[in-house]
Amino acid sequence: MSSTSAGVPPTPSDPGRRVLVIMPAWNEEGSVGSTITELRDLHPDVDVLVVDDGSGDGTAEAALAAGALVCQLPFNLGVGGAMRTGYRYAVRHGYDVAVQVDADGQHDPRYLDLLLQGLDRADVVIGARFAGEGDYRARGPRRWAMVLLAWTLSRVTKVPLTDVTSGFRASNARATKVFAEHYPAEYLGDTVESLVIASRMGCSVVQVPVGMRVRAAGQASQTPAKAAIYLFRAMLALFLSLVRKWPSVEDTTAEVTV
Amino acid sequence: MTAPHLLGLVGALVTLITLFELLRRRHLREKYAVTWSFVALATVVVAVWPATLDWFAELVGVAVPANLLFFLASMLLLVVSIQYSYELGRLEDRTRTLAEEVALLRLELADHRAASGAEVDPLAPRTGEDVPGQ
Repeated sequence: MSSTSAGVPPTPSDPGRRVLVIMPAWNEEGSVGSTITELRDLHPDVDVLVVDDGSGDGTAEAALAAGALVCQLPFNLGVGGAMRTGYRYAVRHGYDVAVQVDADGQHDPRYLDLLLQGLDRADVVIGARFAGEGDYRARGPRRWAMVLLAWTLSRVTKVPLTDVTSGFRASNARATKVFAEHYPAEYLGDTVESLVIASRMGCSVVQVPVGMRVRAAGQASQTPAKAAIYLFRAMLALFLSLVRKWPSVEDTTAEVTV
Repeated sequence: MTAPHLLGLVGALVTLITLFELLRRRHLREKYAVTWSFVALATVVVAVWPATLDWFAELVGVAVPANLLFFLASMLLLVVSIQYSYELGRLEDRTRTLAEEVALLRLELADHRAASGAEVDPLAPRTGEDVPGQ
């Protein structure tokens, strides 16, 4: 628990709006249950779909026990694959809003309403670190990569963005349809490339400042070599996402097929 | 006929026979077999009429005909590798889509079973199912 959410207004989410929280989980047995419980306590009106990304532990059982809908991928696809599965579920079941929340407890569910309010202004709302709220820090090549990505994405979306690799985000039905068909699976695709796709297909993007917590279980990989590789691959992923061809929105806004 | 030419001829014939057998047993798809058949036939031509290679080398300005052979062979392997990467990527995309659909269908199946009143555990492995991580 952090103390960073003191300033969050306790506005209830629009009661007429059906919200699906999509939680990609890969071997998160230790944290997924408490993350779901906390979320459901704070927001009893939203549905939670855990996409079990081919876990080898009891992630699915823990999620089911905590009261979430659980859908199991037959093998590990990565966050992008898990998220597209969730977006497809959202489209097929007519949800108005899809929100991505990580299973490891990094994303504080108290900021959910702030994200939902942002949807009044845009199709995609990013919960951004480094935006005044919280004390998340990154250093070295990882930091440079984040700054570079944020700068470029701000140009693409024409809105100032500071944290484009944040996985804490909400999308309305329009953006959800785009994601249900085109959410990428490759490196950084689930964060950076998905924003480029949304933006180039005509969805607007904004960010709201959120505080993030350290993960409840598991650990992030952080060595200098890995950080350097991160920078290089991030630049490559960014470049590719910018030069790739995307279909027109007309091809997408119909029905999810593929 | 010199020894290297004989070697080339034997290699080409073995390739052709192998391709024919694989096609006959339906272990190889035509689209791949066409490329390799072409390569094997070209090898036969060069082995039987070595002058063809010399003539072609002179035409494109390569001093040593054997070098032209190496160059063409490596280019061919490169192109084939790129084609395989392309096919692999396409297959990965399709596998991913299928996996996502399977996951959604599993959930829907569990919902339907629950709705029909059957006592089921939606996570229980069903017969013939691939259980992740095991």
